[in-house]
Amino acid sequence: MKKFDKDKLILGLAAPVLAIVAALAITSIIIAATGQDPFHAYEVMIDFGSKADSQVWIINKATPYYLSALAVAIGFRMNLFNIGVDGQYRIAAFFAAVVGGALTLPGIIQIPVIIIVAMIVGAIWAGIAGLLKTTRGVNEVISTIMLNAIGASIIGYFLQDGRLAEKEGNLIHTPYLPDSAQFFEIPTQPKPIYGFVVIAALAGVAYWFVLNRTRFGFDLRTVGRSESAAQASGVSVKRMVITAMLLSGAMAGLVGMPTLLGVSYNYGTDFPVGIGFTGIAIALLGRNNPIGMALAALLWGFLERTGTQLEFEGYAQEIVGVIQGVIVLCVVIAYEIVRRYGLKVQQRKVGEELAAQARKSDKAEVSA
Amino acid sequence: MKGPLVRRVSTIAVAGISTAALAFTLTACGESSTESSDSKAKGVGLAFDVGGRDDHSFNESAARGVDKAEKELGVKSKMMTAKNGETEADREQRLSSLAEAGYNPVIGVGFNYSKSIEKVAKDFPKTSFAVVDSVAPGKNIDSITFGEHEGSYLAGVAAALKSKNHKVGFIGGVNNALIQKFQAGFEQGAKDTDSKVEVTSQYLYPNNDKGFNDPAAAKEKAKGMLDSGVDVIYTAAGLSGNGSIEAIAGQKGAWAIGVDSDQYQQPGLDKYKASILTSVVKNVDVAVFDLIKSVQDGKPLTGPHPYLLKDGGVSLATSGGFIDDIKDKVEAAKKKIADGQVKVRTTP
Repeated sequence: MKKFDKDKLILGLAAPVLAIVAALAITSIIIAATGQDPFHAYEVMIDFGSKADSQVWIINKATPYYLSALAVAIGFRMNLFNIGVDGQYRIAAFFAAVVGGALTLPGIIQIPVIIIVAMIVGAIWAGIAGLLKTTRGVNEVISTIMLNAIGASIIGYFLQDGRLAEKEGNLIHTPYLPDSAQFFEIPTQPKPIYGFVVIAALAGVAYWFVLNRTRFGFDLRTVGRSESAAQASGVSVKRMVITAMLLSGAMAGLVGMPTLLGVSYNYGTDFPVGIGFTGIAIALLGRNNPIGMALAALLWGFLERTGTQLEFEGYAQEIVGVIQGVIVLCVVIAYEIVRRYGLKVQQRKVGEELAAQARKSDKAEVSA
Repeated sequence: MKGPLVRRVSTIAVAGISTAALAFTLTACGESSTESSDSKAKGVGLAFDVGGRDDHSFNESAARGVDKAEKELGVKSKMMTAKNGETEADREQRLSSLAEAGYNPVIGVGFNYSKSIEKVAKDFPKTSFAVVDSVAPGKNIDSITFGEHEGSYLAGVAAALKSKNHKVGFIGGVNNALIQKFQAGFEQGAKDTDSKVEVTSQYLYPNNDKGFNDPAAAKEKAKGMLDSGVDVIYTAAGLSGNGSIEAIAGQKGAWAIGVDSDQYQQPGLDKYKASILTSVVKNVDVAVFDLIKSVQDGKPLTGPHPYLLKDGGVSLATSGGFIDDIKDKVEAAKKKIADGQVKVRTTP
């Protein structure tokens, strides 16, 4: 028993180590190919990334990434590819901003109202895809990506002066949220950390608990592994698909909240886009594991923070994008290689044991 | 029973250690990147909008102003470019790192920078900042804006006079207040010149800045317009404009109107220049140079500075000589605007 655990540990460590080494090697080659010194680049990145203000920046940047990854991961665990987190969080944040801007309530009510509106809108938007899949058999990849475009157009329609938005110079945005809707900050120097990181951490814990420690989570994972087996054991696959999409969408609704409640206090033409897609990369990188995804989100923030500094030092700005892509590829490949290797080792072991047994029984027969 | 417990303990341990490590780095070695940098004057820091220096358009015009300052005033410069899908934090970081490194002035090219400039300018009160295309409040901020609607009006006049089918088109990169200024001016100019003219106005994206960096989308839109008989197309979409110019060049007798820089003169568009009727030039370079010079002279410009048609802030390019035959009419329209006889709308 003990020996088996040790093997498992080595295999578990092998994948990330392999991925990191491979990613570093490939990036070094790429940087060297552009005629620059890769080691100096890493030095710049580590030096700049370890500064206090960089770390605050990284945490703030990683918070929405993490929430987005959680939203994607809920789908992944069930074999659903929710590519529409991007549209879900944007439309959720937009309507949450509209509702929040129209209300002036004490913060203790106002903030939850905004967050709940966002989660409901996100859930509805994702739920459409779930409903289409269960009733009409539409693949969720297609429907969610289409819903992204529809969501963007709806926002574009309402985000006009005189409709649901107002104009401020060249920016158009929803009315500002009242001061009571501003989320608390964790006072760090020189810039504060947005308090929403606490919610993100709680969301991570909830994700872990629901998926790994409840009947529902078990059912969800079962459907992900094998729909027919789940069906046979009495799980309604259709209901699970819709529930998973609703949960994924509700989680996606949280993605825009750190920005809305902590930075912009409105939804404008400058609201960040694309976090939903970043979430896919981070969920892949973190292997759908709540801690893994947190580390992946921080890594992403680190790369983006230090990327600007690299550009400053004369490296191409695109290097960071390349590094991010290489890391995701390396992780996916490394895990697959290690999984296959582990499987082979296991098979060989079983084979040896069986052979030994066969030999033993042969001997027994002979002697008999 | 032992297995899961051990696993749970180790998970908690990992979480604990990483939290502790984070807390440690935040407090113990709390050196910020601001403190460790030197602050000698290093020259001009220019932060571009998406598309980068070689967008043949808006950014390039700003870069020309810096180039001129390098030559004439002997200052150095650093230019950095935005990515698609940036957040406020990315922009703030770009501006801060320029200011931290000692660049002065720091210029944000594009209205996307208005909020980040406002914030960062507070952190660096001794540095001069400027934002192009927007007005940002702050004691050390020069807000550079242009009369795009007035320049676009002239483009509308030229388009209406040159269109054989009495159908002209407008393609905007992103449907925002700034680009609507281009649309409004263009439509008004065309209608005032030829009451029969039909103006088609379309946008590439409702609210995604990718619209300034997606030539393929602009090419498709332009093709669609050409197919419906539109024969003069004005594209206000930054780098995306290259795509529509390419599509228009493929159709004989159709004209493209460029934007921001004199696109006829641009080496990258050399192949298509016979189809570039004119360009609505936004003299970002003039404004940028003005600011750099003022900082060099020790009297940095601050506050809002609108560069209108009468100030030479916007103009219609004449290179190629394609609008020489209608020069008088364009001049007449220009005079009317400068005199205030014609008020150009800023919203369609």
